[in-house]
Amino acid sequence: MSTLVTAIYVGPALALYVGAGLVLLADLIHGRRATTGAIAFGTIVVAALWALMQMGTGAEGPILHGAIVADRFSLFFTFLLTAVTGAVILATTEWAATIEDRGEFYALLLVSVGSMVLLVQSNDLITLFVALETTSLAQFILAGIARNARSSEAGLKYLLVGSVAAAVLLYGFAFLFGMAGTTSLPGIAEFVRTGADGLRLPLVMAFVFVAAGVGFKMAIFPFHAWVPDVYQGSPTPVGSFLSVASKAAGFAVVLRLFYTGLGGGGTSITQDWAMLFAVFAAASMLFGNIGALVQTNVKRILGYSSIAQAGNIAVGVAAVAAEGTIGPSGVLFFLGTYAATNLGAFLAVNAVSARLGSDEVSAYAGLFKRAPMTAVVLSLCLASLTGLPPTAGFIAKVYVFNSAIQTGHWWLVALVALAVVNTAISAFYYLRWVRTIILDEPEDESPIETPGGAQAVLLIASAGVLFFGVWPTPLINAAQRAAAALLA
Amino acid sequence: MLTMLLLLPIAGAVLSLFLPKEREQDAKWIALVFSGAAFAVSIVVFAVFDPAVEGYQFVDTFEWIAASDAGFSIAYKVGVDGLSAPMVLLLGLLSVVSVLVSWRIDVKAKQYYAWLLFMETAVAGVFLSLDLIQFFLFWELELLPMFMLISQWGSGRRLYSATKFLIYTLAGSAFMLVGFLVLGAAAGTFDIAELTAEPVTEAAVPLMLVFWAIMLAFLVKLPTFPLHTWLPDAHTDAPTAVSVMLAGVLLKMGGYGIIRIALPLLPQQAHDSKMILASLAGFSVLWGAVITLRQTDLKRLVAYSSVSHMGYVLLGVAAMGPLALSGAAMQMFTHGTITGLLFVVVGLIYDRTHTREISQMSGLMHRMPLVGTVMIIAGLASLGLPGMSGFVAEMTTFLGALQPHPVATMAAIFGVVLSAGYILWTVQRVLHGPPSERWRDLTDATSWWEVTAMGSLVIVILAVGIFPTLLTRAVEAGVGPIAQKIAEAIS
Repeated sequence: MSTLVTAIYVGPALALYVGAGLVLLADLIHGRRATTGAIAFGTIVVAALWALMQMGTGAEGPILHGAIVADRFSLFFTFLLTAVTGAVILATTEWAATIEDRGEFYALLLVSVGSMVLLVQSNDLITLFVALETTSLAQFILAGIARNARSSEAGLKYLLVGSVAAAVLLYGFAFLFGMAGTTSLPGIAEFVRTGADGLRLPLVMAFVFVAAGVGFKMAIFPFHAWVPDVYQGSPTPVGSFLSVASKAAGFAVVLRLFYTGLGGGGTSITQDWAMLFAVFAAASMLFGNIGALVQTNVKRILGYSSIAQAGNIAVGVAAVAAEGTIGPSGVLFFLGTYAATNLGAFLAVNAVSARLGSDEVSAYAGLFKRAPMTAVVLSLCLASLTGLPPTAGFIAKVYVFNSAIQTGHWWLVALVALAVVNTAISAFYYLRWVRTIILDEPEDESPIETPGGAQAVLLIASAGVLFFGVWPTPLINAAQRAAAALLA
Repeated sequence: MLTMLLLLPIAGAVLSLFLPKEREQDAKWIALVFSGAAFAVSIVVFAVFDPAVEGYQFVDTFEWIAASDAGFSIAYKVGVDGLSAPMVLLLGLLSVVSVLVSWRIDVKAKQYYAWLLFMETAVAGVFLSLDLIQFFLFWELELLPMFMLISQWGSGRRLYSATKFLIYTLAGSAFMLVGFLVLGAAAGTFDIAELTAEPVTEAAVPLMLVFWAIMLAFLVKLPTFPLHTWLPDAHTDAPTAVSVMLAGVLLKMGGYGIIRIALPLLPQQAHDSKMILASLAGFSVLWGAVITLRQTDLKRLVAYSSVSHMGYVLLGVAAMGPLALSGAAMQMFTHGTITGLLFVVVGLIYDRTHTREISQMSGLMHRMPLVGTVMIIAGLASLGLPGMSGFVAEMTTFLGALQPHPVATMAAIFGVVLSAGYILWTVQRVLHGPPSERWRDLTDATSWWEVTAMGSLVIVILAVGIFPTLLTRAVEAGVGPIAQKIAEAIS
């Protein structure tokens, strides 16, 4: 395999790293006058187009001795992650102009997303771990980038929990390597399918550690404790990036590790880890929703809601026994719609929070009068998070729950029953907020201007939420093709 | 054709939202035009509908989500049969009435009418859907407008009532989704017609659980004792138009769901549960009637009487024969018109007196002869006077239910006696007696919108009472196959 082909296959990640370097260089030369935001956005566009081009030309396959693989699955996530990051950059230029370390912010963002792109391409434990650590390191600094007490606390908290998670993950990897004698995911899968007789207990220990380590990224219970604090403390643009991109990457890794690395369905341990994820899902939903019920701070609500949503997505991971691609494609579909939805909610909050002067729900009273467009987008996204039709969140939930029920396992039916009860609980805090936004009278009626870039992103996000709620077939098809690559 | 019923109201809602601020008051005209157009369509559907033809008519369908690889193919499919045609007509009528009785709403009028029309689309979707997931979609779609309407334009503890409504309905419908998905996974399709043709016999979980998971949503909506407590609160605090819609069509979604989905899709389980259903029905009728007798608030009184009267629907359902089921289906229609009218009247009285306390009213007949007369008509229809629509429906239900459920039917018949009691007593306390000095300046309801709202419902009530075949022809064609399905399942 020539170097050129390698370069093409890892092109998006490469472009993002180079872009990060350019941003730092520009920052070094021109200081605060540098147009670092434009460079970062341009890089993102290049990476996203590159991924699209790869999809179009079918430039797919394993490279670097199978350590990295470019396939539909990785391209799906490459596109998703770059789109999310591009949206974050576009919507937060106003905020970025106010911070001291603007160049560093964009550079770290690009490094983080570049590593995520590498992460979803990883087909080997070592590549995977390195990519995961690189993206995490960048995120730790991003969380603390505002340099105030809260932000620093968030960064430090994130760093501490993240380090423990990394250690646990590495421990699990060591188990796997020790048994299988290889770090390659297909190699480990081969071992699990054929040579794992009598090794069920160590395998279970291994995947419990692995799930715990990645669980931190996905923000599922019981590895969620950092979420509300970090979301509240770190700057909102960083929070939106973490809640969407980082979570998506976490689920991508889980799918790669469990569906490829551990052999997916039909092995002697499939049911064991499916049950583990069912338990994680149940606990995340309960914890996230009950936690969110008593919150009055919108960022904490979004934090707890993100834990609960991770539970919903994990239902799809547990549905491994379902026929065809329905389980993993449900996860991908959910992540795709969730990206638009949660990004819309976070960025809408970001767009108005400075002018509202408070992150309390009560400050959102009558937002509909003060910033009609942002208010409608936020309400729409909250309805989608609840899972109300005609939004994409409704389809995503039905799709994932359907995949779990298709397995025919009674315990997954029970899990879905719990999940739908949780949906009812979540409606309480989501719709209470919507009601405040739309119907309550504002104390101060002065209109709030939403910056142009943010407006564009909010419109695109809400268009996505509505479009995939009414016509989900294109995204379902894309998700199915990506999931098929994973199972191949 | 039927798709128009879904599109017209939502188009009106969008249009009304885009009205310029200074023309906010024109929103009611938009609402009237679009709900009127939908009503016209529903009349045409009902008139052209041919009871002699088997299966669904006016079917519009296309593949909505084509993801066959993932076991998730969902069709957009709408159609009517003898069961849904009257419901669609009822919805069209009451939507126009509810716009008319809202004529004086001036708080955030654009939003108000937009939500009201949005709700019409959602409810129409429930009555027309022939795919389980699509049915569920519209079922959930109705929640948000209802929540918004009660919590913003209601009175009293409106936020509490709206939230209670939301939580009850969501909790019920949540399990309904699980039930639908289990059925869909077992049969490989969500198409109601296919699922009816070949009922599922085995699934991932016991089918009895599935049946009750689905029933829970419908029983909450109906509502049935002991799941009825959200209803009086929602009614009491809702604006008049919302009460009309709530009692008139939203409750019917429960009864409709049972007859359309729960019974034919799981006939064996339905049959095995008939004693429980009949007991619930008997309790609902009696409990509702007894509680109604104790009410001092006029609107709450009508609300509780709904619990009692919807018990008849459940009784007809529990009997599961063709006669009893058509009684239940007719009861849904007639109760929609009668209780809708009662809420209109109560709303008109409240608009003028600003109180709903029965003890403070007296001799209103002297001040408001027209409203009083209409109230008497609605009351008599409600207690089942022959010649009015209520009588036909109740009689049919009792005849059908007497043999399978003698005890519950006797209880229900006793409920009629009680309802005669509370209605006549209420009429006497509110309308008759010495005219109170306090109400000296009351004016009668003579505006065109008030008269039209009352008049149209009175006409329908009398027409169905005198010519029941208007309704029975369609209804019998609708429930016949379902009753047959159950008979086949148990034989």
